[in-house]
Amino acid sequence: MTTQALPDLGEVDYIRAGGGPWSWEWLKTTDHKRIAIMYLLMIVAFFFVAMTLGLLMRAELLKPGTQFLDGAAYNRVLTLHGVIMICLFIIPSIPAIFGNFALPIMVGANDVSFPRLNLASWYFYVAGAVLALWSVGAGGVDTGWTFYVPYSGNTDANVVLPMLAAFLLGWSSILTGLNMITTVHRLRAPTMGWRQMPLFVWGIYATSWIAVLATPVVGITLVLVLFEKFFGVGIFNASMGGDPILFQHMFWIYSHPAVYIMVLPAMAVVSEIVPVFSQKRIFGYRFIAVSSIAIAAIGSLVWAHHMFTSGMADEGRIIFSFLTFFVSVPSAVKIFNWLATMYKGSIRIELPMLFAFAFMFLFSIGGFTGLQQAALSVDIHIHDTSFIVAHFHYTMFGGTGTMFFGALYYWWPKMFGRMYNKTLGMIGFVLFFVGFNTLYFPLFIAGLKGMPRRYQDYLAEYQGYHELSTYGSWIIATGLILLVLNLIGCMRWAKWWGSDAETNPWNAASLDWRVPSPPPVHQFHEEPIITDGPYDYDIPHLGDDDSKAAPAEVQA
Amino acid sequence: MSNAAAHDDHHAHYGVPGYDPVAWKMGMWLFLFTELLLFGAVFIAYAVYLETYTWHFTVGSAQLSIPIGTFNTLVLLTSSLTMALSIAALQRGKKELSIKLLDMTVACAGLFCVVKAFEWGAKFEHGIYPGSEHLLAMARGEQMFFGLYFTMTGIHALHVIIGAALILWVRARIKSGAVSTERITFLDNIGLYWHLVDLIWIFLFPLIYLVA
Ligand code: HEM
Repeated sequence: MTTQALPDLGEVDYIRAGGGPWSWEWLKTTDHKRIAIMYLLMIVAFFFVAMTLGLLMRAELLKPGTQFLDGAAYNRVLTLHGVIMICLFIIPSIPAIFGNFALPIMVGANDVSFPRLNLASWYFYVAGAVLALWSVGAGGVDTGWTFYVPYSGNTDANVVLPMLAAFLLGWSSILTGLNMITTVHRLRAPTMGWRQMPLFVWGIYATSWIAVLATPVVGITLVLVLFEKFFGVGIFNASMGGDPILFQHMFWIYSHPAVYIMVLPAMAVVSEIVPVFSQKRIFGYRFIAVSSIAIAAIGSLVWAHHMFTSGMADEGRIIFSFLTFFVSVPSAVKIFNWLATMYKGSIRIELPMLFAFAFMFLFSIGGFTGLQQAALSVDIHIHDTSFIVAHFHYTMFGGTGTMFFGALYYWWPKMFGRMYNKTLGMIGFVLFFVGFNTLYFPLFIAGLKGMPRRYQDYLAEYQGYHELSTYGSWIIATGLILLVLNLIGCMRWAKWWGSDAETNPWNAASLDWRVPSPPPVHQFHEEPIITDGPYDYDIPHLGDDDSKAAPAEVQA
Repeated sequence: MSNAAAHDDHHAHYGVPGYDPVAWKMGMWLFLFTELLLFGAVFIAYAVYLETYTWHFTVGSAQLSIPIGTFNTLVLLTSSLTMALSIAALQRGKKELSIKLLDMTVACAGLFCVVKAFEWGAKFEHGIYPGSEHLLAMARGEQMFFGLYFTMTGIHALHVIIGAALILWVRARIKSGAVSTERITFLDNIGLYWHLVDLIWIFLFPLIYLVA
């Protein structure tokens, strides 16, 4: 594709159209861009709620002994933090916001295949969110976000509400996934071949398949736990002949693929950002696209590595261990491809690119420590220690969370037509990155030395690590607050800083950067004609071998 | 675009999702996958416990009435037939016939549920229902069997009821003309859903009634 803008017909943009930004019309809209913005508001709000809970826990852990959260309260805060971060923040974040906003434009469509269903997904999300909050009002839940039986079946806490919440949120992501898959198949511009789709589209496409195929399993699993609560059907209850381990299997059959629901979209964003800010065609397009699908496939077969210590046949453990090692291969393929893309590129250090660097660094640490746990003998020692806490924060937060913020910086100019203050953004980024490592790295070491996870108290010898970690949590929180302030402050109605964004501030080549910023309600009046790939930047002086290697007719 | 006339034709509508039978079908199939996986998970649980408690499952299964189960199977199979015929009728433009066949499908669904209710009722009378003292006094394997029996047939019956409601909805839409020979996909999709509900029963029946 070229980087030329489509003609701007001077139409009113999607924000100002139909009642303007502050009207109730939004709640009835079927415009994919408006739905994306509604998700954005909810998801960012919930992130900050859960971040506050995380800060509370960290503050409690500053010193040994009880500060202001006793054991029971800590468990409740912990569960709520986990449930919100997983179900309300990280799973829907990139697919629901940027998938909705950018994917249809990137494939040259004016909306998703089922716009009303899309709105319904948003309402499912809201309903799930309301139930989750309601459960706090009803006394909170102390099971941990995994709802393991038998405890979740016996506890006095009201587990029904968060389970129903998780069920509804699952449906929300299934329906979004269904919409994305059909959109890619049916509404893609007729001249755009599969190999001309931007990699972001590939990533969301693979994610959607996992969401559609894996989510129902956890849905029914939670329903079965509820049947036990309400009707006394003890499918997982040992005293009634059931097997609690089966719950763990069924839970992780979904929830492990779910970690790829979390990370694939983030990788998809990196694959978009790295070539744009290197102004060089992506290296190994096909490998990246296929590795997404490979991760989706292999990732469905590794669930039991969460259960190495739960009681399982040795053969089973060895197989799952092997598969777990194996699933890291496609992820590594991507990392090498990004590095090769940057090689000899003309790299511009902008905020999205910085976040992509941070992703590669943090996610690699998360990935390598994941391999350590895939080794059975090691896992026995570090299972259920704060090593795990550090590991999953590095992957989920350092990976997907980071890229969520990167994607915000990348698409913000397109979404709202305003460019933020870059200096402020840099300061926020440094605080984020330094804070992140200060917050979580000490937990690796404390975990190796035996600090268990989900504990509100600890022995004095761990205090140094915990103190450091808590200071880190303050640094990262400052960075994130700066980030949000920066984005709010540049909006049209605030204008504390920032400037109007151009159509294509990054010189990107995918279709989303060729429609006006912010786009009109109907971004395409005619079929966009795709003649070349999504990473062909027309900058003639950039004559390095790689980007010239493929002659133009290849893409015709 | 080379063809300017075609170009103008598409002008106002380009890329706006409208009536696209292929997309609707695709969406429906994706939805059916989720249903299959949902039941699939319960089937896995069933398989695990059948392996653990083979003998108790046999004993439990022997307490169910095979004739009633067979009867209900036939009822559902018939309903699948009438559903397929109804689609065929509308394809040929026979609106009245199509509606009549849908009525028969709903009647079958109703009959199925009534029979099921009697079957459950009879079990309840014998003191066999989840959480009952009688059941809790039974062997664990039998408890598990009946737990699964009520869970699986219950979730399935729920699907039958939802399916019947959907059929009534599409019936109303055929009546009003919103679904017609030219725009038949909605009926097609409801038909697919109904066949799935039927198919799941075909698996449930031998699993639950014919354990030997
Ligand atoms: C500033 C941000 C954050 C802080 C300060 C924070 C802090 C914490 C702390 C202190 C714990 C408890 C560890 C334990 O005692 O075992 C925890 C658990 C957890 N966090 Fe975070 N976290 C943050 C962000 C995130 C994000 C972005 C995610 C998800 C993507 C996340 C997901 C989780 C999960 C799943 C748990 C485990 C809950 C459980 O054990 O049931 N956190 N976090």
